[in-house]
Amino acid sequence: MKKILLISSLLLLAGCSSSQTWGWYVINPTTASGWINVKFLISGMWATIQISLIAAVLSIVVGLMVALPGLSEKRGWRLVNRVYVEFVRAIPLLPMLFWVFYGLPIVFQSMGMSVPIDPFWGAIITLAISDSAFTAEIYRAGIQSIARGQREAAQTIGLNYVQTMRYVILPQAIRRILPPLANQFIYIVKMSAFASVIGMQELTRRANELVVTEYRPLEIYTLLIFEYLILVLIISAGVRWLERRMGADERG
Amino acid sequence: MPDAAIELVGVNKWFDTFHVLKDINLTVNSGEKVVICGPSGSGKSTVVRCINQLEKHQKGTIRVDGVELTNDAKSAATIRSEVGMVFQQFNLFPHLTVLENLTLGPIKARGLSRKEAEEKARHYLERVHIPDQADKKPVQLSGGQQQRVAIARSLCMEPRVLLFDEPTSALDPEMISEVLDVMVALANEGMTMVVVTHEMGFARKVADKMIFMDAGEIVEEGKPEHFFTNPQSERCRKFLSQILQH
Repeated sequence: MKKILLISSLLLLAGCSSSQTWGWYVINPTTASGWINVKFLISGMWATIQISLIAAVLSIVVGLMVALPGLSEKRGWRLVNRVYVEFVRAIPLLPMLFWVFYGLPIVFQSMGMSVPIDPFWGAIITLAISDSAFTAEIYRAGIQSIARGQREAAQTIGLNYVQTMRYVILPQAIRRILPPLANQFIYIVKMSAFASVIGMQELTRRANELVVTEYRPLEIYTLLIFEYLILVLIISAGVRWLERRMGADERG
Repeated sequence: MPDAAIELVGVNKWFDTFHVLKDINLTVNSGEKVVICGPSGSGKSTVVRCINQLEKHQKGTIRVDGVELTNDAKSAATIRSEVGMVFQQFNLFPHLTVLENLTLGPIKARGLSRKEAEEKARHYLERVHIPDQADKKPVQLSGGQQQRVAIARSLCMEPRVLLFDEPTSALDPEMISEVLDVMVALANEGMTMVVVTHEMGFARKVADKMIFMDAGEIVEEGKPEHFFTNPQSERCRKFLSQILQH
């Protein structure tokens, strides 16, 4: 194992020193043409952020709506939750994306509705649905982790189901739900790269297009990876800040 | 029928195949204080939990204030506004201040204004002798204080009946009496109470009726003066000798 690491790092060093395999000039921001390329690559950032954010918000809402019947005492409701989670969780993202983008408009057409689905919304719908199965499970675990006595106490002071959730259970559960939910957001950001295959002009699509014209996949995809890395690091920092704030509140 | 606050007739309950309550008959008149004791697993907590519908009974009838409890959500809501409950583990809401714990029910379920609810809350905090802790979080209070807050929280809903499910069992010994003092004061003011407890000193002081349960049945029932001095059943005698010998 050590030997393999040594050899591969040596190879990498050799590669760096030889201009035959590395061509950093394509993305060197100090040169005019390099700067144009970098700007082109980064211009996909906004679309990636938009898709991820909207999909995450939808997933958080849909996930809660799916999770709540899963916590019901009635078997029928729990079954609805199980079927949704098991079914959606089983579909790989890419096939679902194709189904939504190419298939769903036909479903709408057959029902006499004309609902065009562009790459932007196709990606958002797919990511949101696909992720909602996971957020639903996160909610369920978080809500179940709140002691049963809390719910009973809320009932004995006359709160109904919605009030119990709104004022007693969710405010406590959210502290446990937030970290795994943030994890899911990072997952969405990364999975949004799939939107490139249906023509969405986001980070990965931009990189692909530049590779086709520049023939420099190594350098361009390296930059692409760093673009995602920076995005994810920013999200992580934001989440840690949020957790600290809520944690401080809890100790109150 | 006199003024029966709670009436249980032939109540049966099963947890799956386990028969927890067997033909329970019990009447609690308005203003009466009933103390239920018995070994753990005897079903005494379950009786109390059935009265406010935290558990559903499968057979028999339970009437609160003359209204029969059916297993639908609406009857449960009606009952819960009449019946307060104090839990062994207090079950205060840890994310809310003491005052918010007390005002949540009155504001959301009773529709009181914040001002009215806070006035009421402060009044009841005074009654349980902790008027100056209103803005603290529950974790900052001692166990005894937390349980007194929980009692005040129930009182804020102005229930007709107050149920206690082993209210002092989770407390350190030195805090038990401060909670019992509050309960005795409530009893003296005429509150209808059903108390599951092993505090026999308290029972002697306030109980109008003693109930001994074992294995899901009411084995013995009677006035405290007879109950403690001359229990009729062997099981009850044995139980009392065990918990009273210290």
